[in-house]
Amino acid sequence: MRTSPPREDQALEELPFVLEQVVNGVVVSAYYLLIALGLSLIFSLGGIVNLAHGAFYALGAYFAVEIERYLGFGGALILSPILVAGIGIALERTMFRRFYRSDPILGLLLTFGLAMVIEQTIRIVWGAAPLPFQIPDFIRGQLFVGDMIFPYYRLAMLAVAALAVAGTWVLLNKTSFGRVVKAGVQNPDMVAVLGISLAPIMTAVVALGIGLAALAGVLLAPISGVHPAMGAEIITAAFVVVVIGGLGSFWGVVIAAVLVGVVRGLAIHFVPAAAEASIYLLMLLVLLLRPRGLFGERIMRFE
Amino acid sequence: MIYGKGLTRRAILKGSAGAAALATLGAPAIVGAQSDVIRVGHLTPRTGFLGPLGEYAVMGVTLATEEINAAGGVLGRKIELLAEDSVNPSTASTKADRMIGRDRVIAILGEISSASGLAISQVASREKVPFIQTGCNSDELRGKACNRYMFHIEGANTMYINAVGDSLKREDLVKDKKWFGLTADYAYGHDLLQVSRRYAERNGADFSQNELVPTDSTDFSPFILKIRRARPDVVVSNLAGNQITNFIKQYKEYGLDFPLAGGGFDTAAAWGAGPEAFAGIWPAIWHHTLDTPSAKAFTAAFTKRWGKPPENQAWGDYLGMKILAHAIAESKSTEGDALVQHLESGAKFDVLKGREGYFRSWDHQLMNEMYSIRPKPRDKQADQWDMLLLGDPVPGPGEDLESIATSRSESACTLG
Repeated sequence: MRTSPPREDQALEELPFVLEQVVNGVVVSAYYLLIALGLSLIFSLGGIVNLAHGAFYALGAYFAVEIERYLGFGGALILSPILVAGIGIALERTMFRRFYRSDPILGLLLTFGLAMVIEQTIRIVWGAAPLPFQIPDFIRGQLFVGDMIFPYYRLAMLAVAALAVAGTWVLLNKTSFGRVVKAGVQNPDMVAVLGISLAPIMTAVVALGIGLAALAGVLLAPISGVHPAMGAEIITAAFVVVVIGGLGSFWGVVIAAVLVGVVRGLAIHFVPAAAEASIYLLMLLVLLLRPRGLFGERIMRFE
Repeated sequence: MIYGKGLTRRAILKGSAGAAALATLGAPAIVGAQSDVIRVGHLTPRTGFLGPLGEYAVMGVTLATEEINAAGGVLGRKIELLAEDSVNPSTASTKADRMIGRDRVIAILGEISSASGLAISQVASREKVPFIQTGCNSDELRGKACNRYMFHIEGANTMYINAVGDSLKREDLVKDKKWFGLTADYAYGHDLLQVSRRYAERNGADFSQNELVPTDSTDFSPFILKIRRARPDVVVSNLAGNQITNFIKQYKEYGLDFPLAGGGFDTAAAWGAGPEAFAGIWPAIWHHTLDTPSAKAFTAAFTKRWGKPPENQAWGDYLGMKILAHAIAESKSTEGDALVQHLESGAKFDVLKGREGYFRSWDHQLMNEMYSIRPKPRDKQADQWDMLLLGDPVPGPGEDLESIATSRSESACTLG
């Protein structure tokens, strides 16, 4: 850590370092985007505060570890989110469904309990020790652009995240499914009056959100430890991103993820000990200036 | 069922049967007042970031208890193990209190977090019950915070640094070399940083750059970019638990080739990183490939019992129970003071290594050999747990065991 205040030329010297952190922050934002997207979807569209989001993320990673043994990384990438989404559907049908029209706090308590049960189940089945999981061979190595370094794996993660965002956007804005979902968010009673059943729509939304959480788990397993508490590790960051972006906003999550990635990178450059605190400070700032989040929409149901 | 007739014969019969059943289940404290078992408490974090190690700790201490009881127990009495999750310092303190006050344990074993260890040691000292800690590394626990009833099987940070430093010196990675540190921003990390800085100063390494890493950080990419810019000769990790695994994996992802080293290490962290990512030179207090008769017997028994080889934490808690049993047998007592007196008398124990170990009388630290560890070449790995190559013992044969530990003049410990 520098002890003398930076002089002008010293500051100029640091510029490429700072730039590198900013660019890395954008690339790494894929990490935050992936973990927050599913959470945002389930809250915006289902009204459930899914505190079990991290637990499904962890399940995605653990299933991937098992599936990878037989079907390789590609198989794990496709199959694991589908399996976890299946579990999500079962949970939605049996539990979430009862709380859509209730006080949001009940959904929160449900998912809180679910998170703990899932984490402990993982611990019982797989043990508490971290399981090894590697980056697949075909995507090892780094790309060098000038003096900057980008692991291929992170670039691939960015690509997958972009695909997930694009796919979800198309689904929500260009299909009739999307239209019903958006109507159901604003005014479920009207939708029912129009004779459209919301139940299968909600199941699909929850499955999508949970599937995205599991996808994040699979993608992050090679670069973070696969252990039972991994869900708890990312859940706070996921919430921060969703809150900053604003509930009900799709692009809000994307912008917020980039913001969080960049702010954290800059914090680590200047005051590393404040790395994690910096994103909470950012959230605090956003909430003070725009309580609904940067792009939050009004949801009639909650007004 | 006869309604509305009050006390019938049937009701009385059912009631008395129920009461008799309840009586056998209820009031275990009364049942337990019998003197044919010796109760020993075990506290360790079984959830949270130290959870993986705590799990091994419980496996180790359970195996030791089973072995002792199978051989007839101690002083003709069986050992009853009360194992619980210590969670955090305040819970650890509460549970220690309860185990001693209500459950009447004669000793407490375990703990991994130095903060919780401190809390338990204060209870132990107040109640005059021995506490043999098996996982707390901070120098301070053996220094300023030492007390008469606490014994340390786990190595102090100083011992760990000396063990890895020995290897680093041989690789010419110390004198006039630039060290870059990544330190976990909590008590253990800071303690280790202090110890590594002292070692660097004494041995001519330039340890001017260090970054503090919050304990909840999972993405190390910005730190790795900083390391890349700094171009150090050695990257020194003062991280703990799962962060070691995460960092090693991401370090490999970025493909940097500056040598890694660190003063804090657990085999589980290496296993979690996997054989392809794992790199660096690290210290170890014990490893399951150790080739001495008692170590091999322990590894075989543990693998048979639990289906996987023991991690170094399991060694610590297994040893704790065995040493306790030994002390009880030798002093023919379960009284705290008698046990403390025996343990600090310089009595030698088989610590499942080449040489025997003993507790130093003035700070109660176990004096024993340590090792350094590095990745094993892939073609020599027998299975998924066999990824580490164990170095020669430090101190070497013929050298004083106390040479790697803090000297008396440097220690702030005064045992009352």
